[in-house]
Amino acid sequence: MKKSLFFGALTVATLIGAAAHASTLDDVKARGKLNCGVTTGLVGFAAPDANGVWQGFDVAVCRAVAAAIFGDPMAVNFVPTTGATRFTALASGEVDLLSRVTTWTFTRDTDLKFDFAAVAYYDGQGFMVPKSLGVTSAKDLDGATICIQTGTTTELNLADYFRANNMSYEPVPIETNAEGQQQFLAGACDVYTTDASGLAATRAAFEHPGDYIILPEIISKEPLGPVVRHGDNDWGDLVRWTFYALVAAEEYGITSANVDEMAAAPTQNPEINRILGTEGDLGAMIGLDKDWAVKAIKAGGNYGEIFEKNIGENTPVGLARGLNAQWKQGGLQYAMPFR
Amino acid sequence: MTSTTEAPKPAFRLSQLIYDSRYRSITIQVVAMILFFAGFAWLIENTVSNLRALGKDFDFGFLWNRSGYDINQHLIPYTNNSTHARAALVGILNTLLVSFIGCLTATVIGVLAGVLRLSKNWLVSRLMAVYVEGFRNVPLLLWIVLIFAIMTEATPQPRDFREGGSAAMLLWHSVAISNRGVFIPAPIWGAGSGILVGIFVLSLVAAWYYRRYARKLLFDTGRLLPMVWPAILIAIVPTVLFYFILGRPVTLDYPTLGGFNFKGGLQIRNSLIALWVALSVYTGAFIAEIVRSGILAVSKGQSEAAFALGLRPNRTMSLVILPQAMRVIIPPLISQFLNLTKNSSLAIAVGYMDVRATLGGITINQTGRELEGMLLLGLFYLVLSLLISGVMNIYNNRIKLKER
Ligand SMILES: N[C@@H](CCC(=O)N[C@@H](CS)C(=O)NCC(=O)O)C(=O)O
Repeated sequence: MKKSLFFGALTVATLIGAAAHASTLDDVKARGKLNCGVTTGLVGFAAPDANGVWQGFDVAVCRAVAAAIFGDPMAVNFVPTTGATRFTALASGEVDLLSRVTTWTFTRDTDLKFDFAAVAYYDGQGFMVPKSLGVTSAKDLDGATICIQTGTTTELNLADYFRANNMSYEPVPIETNAEGQQQFLAGACDVYTTDASGLAATRAAFEHPGDYIILPEIISKEPLGPVVRHGDNDWGDLVRWTFYALVAAEEYGITSANVDEMAAAPTQNPEINRILGTEGDLGAMIGLDKDWAVKAIKAGGNYGEIFEKNIGENTPVGLARGLNAQWKQGGLQYAMPFR
Repeated sequence: MTSTTEAPKPAFRLSQLIYDSRYRSITIQVVAMILFFAGFAWLIENTVSNLRALGKDFDFGFLWNRSGYDINQHLIPYTNNSTHARAALVGILNTLLVSFIGCLTATVIGVLAGVLRLSKNWLVSRLMAVYVEGFRNVPLLLWIVLIFAIMTEATPQPRDFREGGSAAMLLWHSVAISNRGVFIPAPIWGAGSGILVGIFVLSLVAAWYYRRYARKLLFDTGRLLPMVWPAILIAIVPTVLFYFILGRPVTLDYPTLGGFNFKGGLQIRNSLIALWVALSVYTGAFIAEIVRSGILAVSKGQSEAAFALGLRPNRTMSLVILPQAMRVIIPPLISQFLNLTKNSSLAIAVGYMDVRATLGGITINQTGRELEGMLLLGLFYLVLSLLISGVMNIYNNRIKLKER
């Protein structure tokens, strides 16, 4: 009798505990900061600059979400995660949002109990080799020693690709990009493979980037995007629509420079008005202020601005928009209607 | 008539549970037990409800799914079409491999260094002291990473071994030290090699019997037969003879340069070398201290008595001192073996594919089964440690002082 009472009390206590953690948004608001999981360092996507301030494409997504909630893009704790630790960090609640070049796959979405809010960057897996190796195609890589980051889609794709092409290889497992870079430069592996964007970003950090080439073959689809825990749909909605606000802003010509002006008074375009909160109150529907999107766009600019500033053609990473152009320019970036 | 002499039994009062020393310890134990079980139940309850909140179940079925990833060093056949369970087994064997060879070399190094540190030669004993203090007092992880860095940064690439390249193979073109690892000739077991192995095993047994016989003869009659070289001869000569009689059934496959890398031969990867060497020299330093303390624990009278009987220092050491020192050495040696085995999970630092890297790393990550994977991993290390200490305890019981 006493025992069952005791366990009853325990269960109630745990249930209350669980209920208190039900809303990620409430947790974030109470904490005053967003915990955002990023890479351990990949120039252009997420890396601390000379002043120790995190910069990059993935970082900008975190900052936009923080700005939408708090109006302050700096209200973010960045948590560096490796390919192998990121999902535990997210599932355990150590981070509220994972913005770490993470590929949307079936098992991650379903079995691992995550939700992908959107696709921030459409990518595919490629190979990088030293020019001096004289290799021009991935089909020539039979017998090569290849550095791969463990816990990624990369290692699975690689196994599939070599099996399908009847080739063999020697995998060298590594934990972080920095480790892979060091081993690759030391020649401990012939080839470095990961998402093509990651290859470009890694190569940009080399002393002699010109000595290395990225092979033409792209062996997989790697849609990279921000990830949240499955179950808190409100939080997933908030992240998704904050990202779409950035994409829509580019489509409608809203930039970090003109957003204040456009939000000052309703414009001729009702869609712009709804995004910027000068008409209706979409913000309230996701638990935020009327001007949430204005704050998000002001944080780092619209999608195009974020792209150009961090990984675009005029940066050392030098990626073309390609698949990531707006749908009207023949790309795949397509914001759902704000209405 | 019976009850008149008995003292009246005082009634039991509840307060006795606390104030009466006869009951107090029971009270404390019962309370501690209840707290322990409550804490344990809370942990389980917490885990179950949190798993439910995440929408996850508890299921080991993932072990039988296709793993999908490749492992560079596998002692049993394995491809990315094998199951996660097999990947775990590959990792387990890799853990066992590095722990086993690590324990062997650590013991050899440790015994040598421990004995030499007691040497009368000032230089030798100082050198050993430097070795022991240097390795004991620097974290193991640093040694692993350092040796790995030397192996990958300071050695030539395979393509440097090409005609006119800057590197050359050693030992009549049979061994190559490269930044992909050390390549050595591998044996090819031809027809009849089974017989050869059988003969070798039998010779080993014979050598052991010879030593036992010589020893018994010495103890019974005092006649001393040479022990070392006949035993070695018995162990080796028949095998060599039959190797030629059977028409050289075992041949060697030499590593040759082909394409990107060496082909053929046996590749000992740098990750294994770094882990093995670091574990051996690090644990060896601790074992050296254990051996030294064991020897010092044998009273000086024993060696003086041995000398008085005319035993040479070598014999004194191996027949009088070491057997007694063993009794002091074995128990702490067990824990060093356990340490080495568990420390082998630092393999993560250099990408050695041990069980922590396969089951506890990639499998967990690709399937999202952290709890199941970690439980299995913990269970594996637990069972392995219990096995090692079980075996060592049997040995310890055999050599310990038999009191009559
Ligand atoms: N998109 C792949 C792989 C992403 C990945 O891990 N990329 C590496 C190589 S560029 C990276 O970003 N590493 C950064 C780090 O080490 O923190 C996945 O989701 O599994």
